[in-house]
Amino acid sequence: MRINPRITNSVVRWLLNAQAYFTVGILIVIIAIIFVKGFPQVNFAFILSFPQDMGRHGGIFPAIVGTIQLALLSILLATPLGVGTAIFLTEYTRESAFTKLIRFGVESLAGIPSILYGLFGFIFFVIKLKMGWSLLAGVLTLTIMILPTIIRTSEEAIRSVPRQLRIVSYSLSASKWETIKKVVLPAAMPGILTGIMLSIGRAVGETAAIIFTMGSSLRLPLSLMDSGRTMAVHFYILAREGISMEKAYGTAVVLVLSILFINIIAYYIMNKTIARYS
Amino acid sequence: METKIATDKLRVSFGDLTVLKDVTINVEKNTITGFMGPSGSGKSTLISVINRMIDFENNVKIGGDATIDGRSILGDNINPIELRRRVGTVFAVPIPLPRSIFENIAYGPRLKGVTDRTSLHHIAEECLKKAFLWDEVKDRLSTSALKLSGGQQQRLCLARTLALKPEIILLDEPCSGLDPISTAKIEDALSELKSGYTIILVSNNTKQIARISDFSAFFYLGELIEYNTTDKVFTTPSESKTEDYIQGKFG
Repeated sequence: MRINPRITNSVVRWLLNAQAYFTVGILIVIIAIIFVKGFPQVNFAFILSFPQDMGRHGGIFPAIVGTIQLALLSILLATPLGVGTAIFLTEYTRESAFTKLIRFGVESLAGIPSILYGLFGFIFFVIKLKMGWSLLAGVLTLTIMILPTIIRTSEEAIRSVPRQLRIVSYSLSASKWETIKKVVLPAAMPGILTGIMLSIGRAVGETAAIIFTMGSSLRLPLSLMDSGRTMAVHFYILAREGISMEKAYGTAVVLVLSILFINIIAYYIMNKTIARYS
Repeated sequence: METKIATDKLRVSFGDLTVLKDVTINVEKNTITGFMGPSGSGKSTLISVINRMIDFENNVKIGGDATIDGRSILGDNINPIELRRRVGTVFAVPIPLPRSIFENIAYGPRLKGVTDRTSLHHIAEECLKKAFLWDEVKDRLSTSALKLSGGQQQRLCLARTLALKPEIILLDEPCSGLDPISTAKIEDALSELKSGYTIILVSNNTKQIARISDFSAFFYLGELIEYNTTDKVFTTPSESKTEDYIQGKFG
Protein backbone atom coordinates (compact mmCIF):
# COMPACT_ATOMS: atom_id res chain seq x y z
CA MET A 1 0.00 0.00 0.00
CA ARG A 2 1.26 3.43 -0.87
CA ILE A 3 0.91 6.12 1.76
CA ASN A 4 -0.45 9.42 0.53
CA PRO A 5 2.55 11.78 0.08
CA ARG A 6 0.61 14.54 1.78
CA ILE A 7 0.36 12.43 4.92
CA THR A 8 4.05 11.43 4.93
CA ASN A 9 4.88 15.04 4.30
CA SER A 10 2.99 16.30 7.31
CA VAL A 11 4.27 13.46 9.51
CA VAL A 12 7.87 14.22 8.56
CA ARG A 13 7.33 17.91 9.11
CA TRP A 14 5.79 17.25 12.52
CA LEU A 15 8.68 14.92 13.47
CA LEU A 16 11.37 17.39 12.41
CA ASN A 17 9.61 20.15 14.32
CA ALA A 18 9.38 17.94 17.39
CA GLN A 19 13.08 17.13 17.19
CA ALA A 20 14.06 20.77 16.96
CA TYR A 21 11.82 21.76 19.87
CA PHE A 22 13.10 18.81 21.91
CA THR A 23 16.72 19.87 21.43
CA VAL A 24 16.06 23.46 22.34
CA GLY A 25 13.82 22.30 25.17
CA ILE A 26 16.60 20.30 26.83
CA LEU A 27 18.87 23.32 26.66
CA ILE A 28 16.23 25.53 28.22
CA VAL A 29 15.51 23.03 31.02
CA ILE A 30 19.22 22.75 31.90
CA ILE A 31 19.69 26.51 31.96
CA ALA A 32 16.43 26.97 33.90
CA ILE A 33 17.47 24.51 36.62
CA ILE A 34 20.87 26.14 36.96
CA PHE A 35 19.35 29.60 37.14
CA VAL A 36 16.57 28.71 39.57
CA LYS A 37 19.03 27.05 41.93
CA GLY A 38 21.95 29.38 41.44
CA PHE A 39 20.68 32.82 40.63
CA PRO A 40 19.80 33.82 44.22
CA GLN A 41 23.51 33.39 45.02
CA VAL A 42 24.70 35.72 42.33
CA ASN A 43 25.36 39.35 43.16
CA PHE A 44 28.29 41.74 42.94
CA ALA A 45 29.73 40.49 46.19
CA PHE A 46 29.66 36.90 44.93
CA ILE A 47 31.54 37.89 41.81
CA LEU A 48 34.02 40.26 43.43
CA SER A 49 34.86 38.67 46.76
CA PHE A 50 37.14 35.85 47.81
CA PRO A 51 35.82 32.47 48.91
CA GLN A 52 35.91 31.62 52.60
CA ASP A 53 35.94 28.28 54.33
CA MET A 54 36.72 26.24 51.16
CA GLY A 55 34.04 28.10 49.24
CA ARG A 56 31.24 27.47 51.70
CA HIS A 57 30.88 31.22 52.06
CA GLY A 58 32.01 34.26 50.14
CA GLY A 59 32.45 34.67 46.40
CA ILE A 60 34.34 33.19 43.49
CA PHE A 61 36.57 36.04 42.37
CA PRO A 62 39.80 33.97 42.05
CA ALA A 63 37.96 31.31 40.03
CA ILE A 64 36.65 33.93 37.61
CA VAL A 65 40.12 35.42 37.20
CA GLY A 66 41.62 31.93 36.83
CA THR A 67 39.10 31.02 34.13
CA ILE A 68 39.80 34.17 32.15
CA GLN A 69 43.57 33.78 32.44
CA LEU A 70 43.51 30.15 31.43
CA ALA A 71 41.10 30.52 28.50
CA LEU A 72 42.69 33.70 27.19
CA LEU A 73 46.28 32.47 27.35
CA SER A 74 45.46 29.09 25.80
CA ILE A 75 43.55 30.72 22.97
CA LEU A 76 46.35 33.23 22.41
CA LEU A 77 48.82 30.36 22.15
CA ALA A 78 46.66 27.89 20.24
CA THR A 79 45.19 30.26 17.65
CA PRO A 80 48.42 31.30 15.88
CA LEU A 81 49.75 27.75 16.12
CA GLY A 82 46.54 26.19 14.87
CA VAL A 83 45.75 28.70 12.13
CA GLY A 84 49.40 28.58 11.04
CA THR A 85 49.27 24.80 10.79
CA ALA A 86 46.03 25.03 8.83
CA ILE A 87 47.55 27.56 6.40
CA PHE A 88 50.58 25.33 5.98
CA LEU A 89 48.43 22.26 5.32
CA THR A 90 46.14 23.96 2.82
CA GLU A 91 48.36 26.48 1.04
CA TYR A 92 51.95 25.39 1.27
CA THR A 93 51.84 21.63 0.78
CA ARG A 94 50.47 19.26 -1.79
CA GLU A 95 48.55 16.23 -0.58
CA SER A 96 51.26 13.76 0.36
CA ALA A 97 51.98 11.03 2.86
CA PHE A 98 53.35 13.73 5.13
CA THR A 99 50.20 15.88 5.15
CA LYS A 100 48.07 12.76 5.56
CA LEU A 101 50.18 11.85 8.59
CA ILE A 102 49.77 15.33 10.09
CA ARG A 103 46.03 15.25 9.42
CA PHE A 104 45.74 11.77 10.91
CA GLY A 105 47.61 12.96 13.98
CA VAL A 106 45.30 15.95 14.33
CA GLU A 107 42.19 13.78 14.02
CA SER A 108 43.53 11.36 16.62
CA LEU A 109 44.43 14.16 19.02
CA ALA A 110 40.89 15.53 18.71
CA GLY A 111 39.47 12.21 19.83
CA ILE A 112 41.56 11.76 22.98
CA PRO A 113 39.60 12.17 26.24
CA SER A 114 40.62 15.25 28.18
CA ILE A 115 41.70 13.27 31.24
CA LEU A 116 44.54 11.81 29.16
CA TYR A 117 45.70 15.31 28.28
CA GLY A 118 45.54 16.00 31.99
CA LEU A 119 47.70 12.99 32.77
CA PHE A 120 50.18 13.91 30.07
CA GLY A 121 50.33 17.48 31.33
CA PHE A 122 50.83 16.23 34.88
CA ILE A 123 53.68 13.88 33.95
CA PHE A 124 55.38 16.16 31.44
CA PHE A 125 54.80 19.77 32.50
CA VAL A 126 54.12 19.43 36.22
CA ILE A 127 56.65 16.72 37.10
CA LYS A 128 59.24 16.44 34.31
CA LEU A 129 59.60 20.14 33.54
CA LYS A 130 59.12 20.92 37.25
CA MET A 131 56.42 23.51 36.68
CA GLY A 132 54.39 22.20 39.57
CA TRP A 133 50.64 22.78 39.64
CA SER A 134 50.60 26.08 37.86
CA LEU A 135 48.73 28.32 35.48
CA LEU A 136 51.55 27.72 32.97
CA ALA A 137 51.16 23.93 33.06
CA GLY A 138 47.38 24.32 32.72
CA VAL A 139 47.69 26.72 29.79
CA LEU A 140 50.17 24.50 27.94
CA THR A 141 48.04 21.39 28.47
CA LEU A 142 44.88 23.14 27.38
CA THR A 143 46.64 24.60 24.34
CA ILE A 144 47.58 21.11 23.18
CA MET A 145 44.04 19.98 23.87
CA ILE A 146 42.24 22.65 21.85
CA LEU A 147 44.80 22.77 19.04
CA PRO A 148 43.18 19.97 16.98
CA THR A 149 39.80 21.75 17.00
CA ILE A 150 41.33 25.01 15.81
CA ILE A 151 43.39 23.28 13.13
CA ARG A 152 40.45 21.30 11.79
CA THR A 153 37.93 24.13 11.69
CA SER A 154 40.49 26.58 10.25
CA GLU A 155 41.58 24.10 7.61
CA GLU A 156 37.99 23.51 6.62
CA ALA A 157 37.32 27.25 6.43
CA ILE A 158 40.47 28.02 4.42
CA ARG A 159 39.82 25.15 2.03
CA SER A 160 36.33 26.44 1.27
CA VAL A 161 37.60 29.80 0.00
CA PRO A 162 37.11 29.59 -3.80
CA ARG A 163 40.28 29.09 -5.85
CA GLN A 164 39.13 31.83 -8.23
CA LEU A 165 39.51 34.48 -5.53
CA ARG A 166 43.16 33.48 -5.13
CA ILE A 167 43.68 33.53 -8.91
CA VAL A 168 42.19 37.02 -9.11
CA SER A 169 44.45 38.20 -6.30
CA TYR A 170 47.53 36.77 -8.02
CA SER A 171 46.50 38.40 -11.30
CA LEU A 172 46.40 41.75 -9.48
CA SER A 173 50.09 41.29 -8.63
CA ALA A 174 49.70 39.91 -5.12
CA SER A 175 52.23 37.45 -3.80
CA LYS A 176 51.18 34.21 -2.17
CA TRP A 177 51.42 35.57 1.36
CA GLU A 178 49.64 38.81 0.43
CA THR A 179 46.86 36.71 -1.08
CA ILE A 180 46.57 34.59 2.05
CA LYS A 181 46.62 37.64 4.31
CA LYS A 182 44.28 39.89 2.34
CA VAL A 183 41.89 37.50 0.64
CA VAL A 184 42.00 33.97 2.03
CA LEU A 185 42.08 34.66 5.77
CA PRO A 186 39.35 37.36 5.76
CA ALA A 187 37.10 35.07 3.72
CA ALA A 188 37.82 32.18 6.08
CA MET A 189 37.46 34.30 9.23
CA PRO A 190 33.90 33.30 10.19
CA GLY A 191 34.88 29.63 10.10
CA ILE A 192 38.10 30.24 12.01
CA LEU A 193 36.22 32.23 14.67
CA THR A 194 33.74 29.38 15.05
CA GLY A 195 36.64 27.08 15.86
CA ILE A 196 38.04 29.57 18.34
CA MET A 197 34.64 29.90 20.02
CA LEU A 198 34.28 26.14 20.33
CA SER A 199 37.74 26.05 21.86
CA ILE A 200 36.97 28.78 24.37
CA GLY A 201 33.92 26.78 25.35
CA ARG A 202 36.07 23.71 25.87
CA ALA A 203 38.67 25.66 27.84
CA VAL A 204 36.10 27.28 30.10
CA GLY A 205 34.22 24.05 30.72
CA GLU A 206 37.19 21.74 31.21
CA THR A 207 37.83 20.20 34.63
CA ALA A 208 39.78 16.93 34.44
CA ALA A 209 42.77 18.21 32.50
CA ILE A 210 42.96 21.31 34.66
CA ILE A 211 42.83 19.73 38.11
CA PHE A 212 45.84 17.60 37.11
CA THR A 213 47.92 20.50 35.80
CA MET A 214 46.78 23.78 37.30
CA GLY A 215 45.73 22.29 40.58
CA SER A 216 42.85 23.72 42.53
CA SER A 217 44.25 26.46 44.75
CA LEU A 218 41.68 28.97 45.91
CA ARG A 219 44.16 31.82 45.90
CA LEU A 220 44.30 34.38 43.13
CA PRO A 221 46.91 33.30 40.55
CA LEU A 222 49.28 36.25 40.27
CA SER A 223 52.00 34.67 38.19
CA LEU A 224 52.31 31.91 35.61
CA MET A 225 53.79 29.65 38.25
CA ASP A 226 50.86 30.00 40.67
CA SER A 227 48.24 27.32 41.04
CA GLY A 228 44.61 28.32 40.71
CA ARG A 229 41.20 27.01 39.83
CA THR A 230 38.65 27.76 37.17
CA MET A 231 34.93 28.14 37.70
CA ALA A 232 34.31 24.67 36.31
CA VAL A 233 36.84 23.14 38.72
CA HIS A 234 35.38 25.19 41.59
CA PHE A 235 31.91 23.92 40.74
CA TYR A 236 33.17 20.35 40.55
CA ILE A 237 34.91 20.50 43.92
CA LEU A 238 32.03 22.26 45.69
CA ALA A 239 29.55 19.70 44.40
CA ARG A 240 31.74 16.62 44.59
CA GLU A 241 32.92 17.22 48.13
CA GLY A 242 29.52 18.37 49.28
CA ILE A 243 30.85 21.74 50.37
CA SER A 244 27.96 23.87 49.17
CA MET A 245 25.48 23.07 46.42
CA GLU A 246 24.11 26.63 46.54
CA LYS A 247 27.53 28.13 45.85
CA ALA A 248 28.14 25.46 43.20
CA TYR A 249 25.00 26.48 41.32
CA GLY A 250 25.87 30.13 41.76
CA THR A 251 29.22 29.42 40.12
CA ALA A 252 27.43 27.58 37.32
CA VAL A 253 25.25 30.61 36.65
CA VAL A 254 28.29 32.86 36.30
CA LEU A 255 29.91 30.24 34.08
CA VAL A 256 26.89 30.01 31.77
CA LEU A 257 26.57 33.79 31.62
CA SER A 258 30.24 34.22 30.73
CA ILE A 259 29.97 31.67 27.92
CA LEU A 260 26.94 33.56 26.65
CA PHE A 261 28.89 36.81 26.87
CA ILE A 262 31.86 35.34 24.95
CA ASN A 263 29.50 34.09 22.24
CA ILE A 264 27.87 37.50 21.86
CA ILE A 265 31.26 39.17 21.48
CA ALA A 266 32.39 36.54 18.99
CA TYR A 267 29.25 37.01 16.90
CA TYR A 268 29.79 40.75 16.98
CA ILE A 269 33.35 40.37 15.67
CA MET A 270 32.16 37.87 13.08
CA ASN A 271 29.47 40.19 11.78
CA LYS A 272 31.99 43.02 11.60
CA THR A 273 34.36 40.96 9.44
CA ILE A 274 31.53 39.68 7.28
CA ALA A 275 30.27 43.22 6.76
CA ARG A 276 33.74 44.44 5.89
CA TYR A 277 34.59 41.60 3.52
CA SER A 278 31.46 41.12 1.46
CA MET B 1 54.17 49.64 -36.03
CA GLU B 2 56.06 48.42 -33.04
CA THR B 3 55.91 44.89 -31.68
CA LYS B 4 54.88 44.71 -28.03
CA ILE B 5 54.45 41.01 -27.40
CA ALA B 6 56.09 38.27 -29.40
CA THR B 7 56.29 34.52 -29.16
CA ASP B 8 58.83 32.37 -30.91
CA LYS B 9 57.91 28.72 -31.47
CA LEU B 10 56.07 28.72 -28.17
CA ARG B 11 55.16 25.21 -27.14
CA VAL B 12 53.13 24.36 -24.04
CA SER B 13 52.15 20.94 -22.79
CA PHE B 14 50.23 19.76 -19.78
CA GLY B 15 51.60 16.30 -19.04
CA ASP B 16 51.39 14.41 -22.34
CA LEU B 17 48.93 16.80 -23.91
CA THR B 18 50.42 19.52 -26.11
CA VAL B 19 48.06 22.48 -26.16
CA LEU B 20 50.22 25.03 -28.01
CA LYS B 21 52.28 23.86 -30.96
CA ASP B 22 55.14 26.14 -31.98
CA VAL B 23 53.14 29.33 -32.05
CA THR B 24 54.98 32.35 -33.42
CA ILE B 25 53.09 35.62 -33.34
CA ASN B 26 53.89 39.34 -32.99
CA VAL B 27 51.31 41.50 -31.29
CA GLU B 28 51.56 45.19 -32.18
CA LYS B 29 51.66 47.94 -29.61
CA ASN B 30 48.52 49.97 -28.90
CA THR B 31 46.17 47.81 -30.89
CA ILE B 32 43.43 45.40 -30.10
CA THR B 33 44.32 41.92 -31.24
CA GLY B 34 41.56 39.34 -31.29
CA PHE B 35 42.32 35.71 -30.57
CA MET B 36 39.59 33.40 -31.80
CA GLY B 37 39.17 29.69 -32.22
CA PRO B 38 37.05 26.85 -30.90
CA SER B 39 37.59 25.69 -27.33
CA GLY B 40 40.75 23.67 -26.98
CA SER B 41 42.53 25.75 -29.58
CA GLY B 42 45.08 27.05 -27.05
CA LYS B 43 44.19 30.75 -27.06
CA SER B 44 43.63 30.96 -23.30
CA THR B 45 46.82 29.01 -22.67
CA LEU B 46 48.73 31.53 -24.77
CA ILE B 47 47.33 34.32 -22.60
CA SER B 48 48.28 32.52 -19.40
CA VAL B 49 51.87 32.40 -20.64
CA ILE B 50 51.92 36.13 -21.23
CA ASN B 51 50.72 36.93 -17.69
CA ARG B 52 52.53 33.92 -16.22
CA MET B 53 49.34 32.74 -14.56
CA ILE B 54 50.36 29.40 -16.06
CA ASP B 55 52.71 29.15 -13.08
CA PHE B 56 49.73 27.98 -11.02
CA GLU B 57 49.05 24.94 -13.21
CA ASN B 58 50.61 21.56 -12.53
CA ASN B 59 52.80 19.54 -14.88
CA VAL B 60 53.43 22.33 -17.36
CA LYS B 61 56.25 22.18 -19.88
CA ILE B 62 57.05 25.30 -21.88
CA GLY B 63 59.33 25.45 -24.91
CA GLY B 64 60.30 28.27 -27.25
CA ASP B 65 60.16 31.84 -26.03
CA ALA B 66 57.79 34.69 -25.29
CA THR B 67 58.91 38.32 -25.08
CA ILE B 68 57.53 41.71 -24.11
CA ASP B 69 59.39 44.68 -25.59
CA GLY B 70 61.94 42.22 -26.90
CA ARG B 71 62.81 40.77 -23.50
CA SER B 72 61.98 37.21 -22.54
CA ILE B 73 59.34 36.79 -19.84
CA LEU B 74 59.88 33.08 -19.29
CA GLY B 75 63.21 32.91 -17.49
CA ASP B 76 63.58 32.24 -13.78
CA ASN B 77 65.02 35.74 -13.38
CA ILE B 78 61.61 37.24 -14.23
CA ASN B 79 59.55 38.21 -11.20
CA PRO B 80 55.98 37.20 -12.09
CA ILE B 81 54.59 39.71 -9.59
CA GLU B 82 56.26 42.63 -11.38
CA LEU B 83 55.24 41.14 -14.70
CA ARG B 84 51.58 41.05 -13.65
CA ARG B 85 51.74 44.78 -12.90
CA ARG B 86 52.62 45.31 -16.56
CA VAL B 87 50.20 42.68 -17.85
CA GLY B 88 46.68 43.03 -16.47
CA THR B 89 44.08 40.31 -16.87
CA VAL B 90 40.30 40.26 -17.03
CA PHE B 91 38.77 36.80 -16.74
CA ALA B 92 35.69 35.29 -18.34
CA VAL B 93 33.62 35.28 -15.18
CA PRO B 94 33.70 38.58 -13.29
CA ILE B 95 35.04 37.80 -9.82
CA PRO B 96 34.98 40.85 -7.55
CA LEU B 97 36.92 40.44 -4.34
CA PRO B 98 34.48 40.27 -1.42
CA ARG B 99 34.85 43.89 -0.38
CA SER B 100 33.70 47.34 -1.50
CA ILE B 101 33.90 48.75 -5.02
CA PHE B 102 36.58 51.17 -3.87
CA GLU B 103 38.62 48.48 -2.13
CA ASN B 104 38.48 46.29 -5.23
CA ILE B 105 40.17 49.00 -7.26
CA ALA B 106 42.56 49.95 -4.46
CA TYR B 107 43.73 46.35 -4.11
CA GLY B 108 46.46 46.49 -6.76
CA PRO B 109 47.74 50.02 -6.00
CA ARG B 110 47.88 49.22 -2.27
CA LEU B 111 50.10 46.23 -3.03
CA LYS B 112 52.40 48.60 -4.89
CA GLY B 113 52.58 50.76 -1.78
CA VAL B 114 50.04 53.49 -2.59
CA THR B 115 48.28 54.03 0.71
CA ASP B 116 46.98 57.58 1.00
CA ARG B 117 43.28 57.87 0.35
CA THR B 118 43.35 60.87 -1.96
CA SER B 119 45.67 59.15 -4.42
CA LEU B 120 43.62 56.00 -4.21
CA HIS B 121 40.45 57.99 -4.84
CA HIS B 122 42.04 59.62 -7.87
CA ILE B 123 43.01 56.22 -9.22
CA ALA B 124 39.53 54.84 -8.56
CA GLU B 125 37.81 57.72 -10.33
CA GLU B 126 40.16 57.64 -13.30
CA CYS B 127 39.92 53.86 -13.76
CA LEU B 128 36.16 53.69 -13.27
CA LYS B 129 35.75 56.41 -15.88
CA LYS B 130 37.95 54.55 -18.33
CA ALA B 131 35.89 51.41 -17.76
CA PHE B 132 32.65 53.36 -18.36
CA LEU B 133 31.39 52.55 -14.87
CA TRP B 134 31.96 55.79 -12.95
CA ASP B 135 28.54 57.34 -13.52
CA GLU B 136 26.78 54.24 -12.26
CA VAL B 137 28.74 53.82 -9.04
CA LYS B 138 30.21 57.19 -8.10
CA ASP B 139 27.75 57.64 -5.23
CA ARG B 140 28.27 54.21 -3.72
CA LEU B 141 31.96 53.39 -3.87
CA SER B 142 31.84 51.97 -0.37
CA THR B 143 29.09 49.44 -1.07
CA SER B 144 29.93 45.82 -1.70
CA ALA B 145 31.16 45.00 -5.18
CA LEU B 146 29.11 41.83 -4.97
CA LYS B 147 25.92 43.92 -5.16
CA LEU B 148 26.69 45.09 -8.70
CA SER B 149 25.11 43.42 -11.73
CA GLY B 150 27.16 40.99 -13.81
CA GLY B 151 27.91 43.58 -16.49
CA GLN B 152 28.92 46.17 -13.90
CA GLN B 153 31.09 43.63 -12.13
CA GLN B 154 32.96 42.89 -15.34
CA ARG B 155 33.60 46.61 -15.91
CA LEU B 156 34.75 46.83 -12.30
CA CYS B 157 37.19 44.01 -13.03
CA LEU B 158 38.43 46.00 -16.02
CA ALA B 159 38.81 49.14 -13.87
CA ARG B 160 40.60 47.10 -11.21
CA THR B 161 43.04 45.86 -13.84
CA LEU B 162 43.59 49.41 -15.12
CA ALA B 163 44.47 50.50 -11.60
CA LEU B 164 47.66 48.45 -11.89
CA LYS B 165 48.68 50.88 -14.65
CA PRO B 166 49.53 48.01 -16.97
CA GLU B 167 50.98 48.27 -20.47
CA ILE B 168 49.08 45.23 -21.66
CA ILE B 169 45.53 44.08 -20.95
CA LEU B 170 44.52 40.50 -21.58
CA LEU B 171 40.83 39.74 -21.71
CA ASP B 172 39.82 36.09 -21.68
CA GLU B 173 36.29 35.96 -23.13
CA PRO B 174 35.25 38.92 -20.99
CA CYS B 175 31.75 39.10 -22.42
CA SER B 176 30.85 35.42 -22.51
CA GLY B 177 28.33 35.77 -19.70
CA LEU B 178 27.06 39.28 -20.45
CA ASP B 179 23.99 40.71 -22.14
CA PRO B 180 24.34 42.72 -25.40
CA ILE B 181 24.14 46.11 -23.66
CA SER B 182 26.88 45.28 -21.14
CA THR B 183 28.92 43.79 -23.97
CA ALA B 184 28.60 47.00 -25.95
CA LYS B 185 29.81 49.03 -22.96
CA ILE B 186 32.89 46.85 -22.57
CA GLU B 187 33.59 47.10 -26.30
CA ASP B 188 33.27 50.89 -26.20
CA ALA B 189 35.65 51.03 -23.26
CA LEU B 190 38.20 48.82 -25.01
CA SER B 191 38.07 50.89 -28.20
CA GLU B 192 38.86 54.02 -26.19
CA LEU B 193 41.60 52.29 -24.23
CA LYS B 194 43.62 50.96 -27.12
CA SER B 195 45.47 54.23 -27.68
CA GLY B 196 47.22 53.71 -24.36
CA TYR B 197 47.34 49.94 -24.00
CA THR B 198 48.14 46.85 -25.97
CA ILE B 199 45.02 44.74 -25.73
CA ILE B 200 44.52 41.06 -26.45
CA LEU B 201 40.90 39.99 -26.60
CA VAL B 202 40.13 36.30 -26.54
CA SER B 203 36.63 35.65 -27.74
CA ASN B 204 34.44 32.95 -29.18
CA ASN B 205 32.32 35.67 -30.62
CA THR B 206 33.77 36.30 -34.09
CA LYS B 207 31.45 39.27 -34.62
CA GLN B 208 32.91 40.94 -31.57
CA ILE B 209 36.44 40.41 -32.87
CA ALA B 210 35.41 41.78 -36.26
CA ARG B 211 33.84 44.84 -34.60
CA ILE B 212 36.64 46.04 -32.41
CA SER B 213 39.96 44.37 -33.14
CA ASP B 214 42.67 45.67 -35.46
CA PHE B 215 44.35 42.30 -35.90
CA SER B 216 42.84 38.87 -35.72
CA ALA B 217 44.43 35.53 -35.02
CA PHE B 218 42.71 32.23 -35.61
CA PHE B 219 43.85 29.25 -33.56
CA TYR B 220 42.91 25.65 -34.09
CA LEU B 221 44.05 22.67 -31.99
CA GLY B 222 47.03 24.52 -30.61
CA GLU B 223 48.24 25.95 -33.88
CA LEU B 224 48.11 29.50 -35.18
CA ILE B 225 46.29 29.01 -38.48
CA GLU B 226 45.98 32.58 -39.67
CA TYR B 227 47.05 35.99 -38.43
CA ASN B 228 46.51 39.26 -40.22
CA THR B 229 44.66 42.53 -40.04
CA THR B 230 41.05 42.00 -39.05
CA ASP B 231 39.91 43.31 -42.43
CA LYS B 232 41.95 40.74 -44.29
CA VAL B 233 41.03 37.85 -42.04
CA PHE B 234 37.33 38.55 -42.25
CA THR B 235 37.09 39.49 -45.97
CA THR B 236 39.72 37.40 -47.68
CA PRO B 237 41.03 34.74 -45.34
CA SER B 238 43.85 32.73 -46.84
CA GLU B 239 42.99 29.47 -45.09
CA SER B 240 39.76 27.59 -45.69
CA LYS B 241 39.63 26.60 -41.99
CA THR B 242 39.50 30.26 -41.03
CA GLU B 243 36.73 30.94 -43.49
CA ASP B 244 34.72 27.96 -42.24
CA TYR B 245 35.13 29.09 -38.63
CA ILE B 246 34.15 32.69 -39.33
CA GLN B 247 31.10 31.55 -41.23
CA GLY B 248 30.12 29.35 -38.30
CA LYS B 249 30.54 26.02 -40.08
CA PHE B 250 32.24 24.63 -36.98
CA GLY B 251 33.14 25.90 -33.59
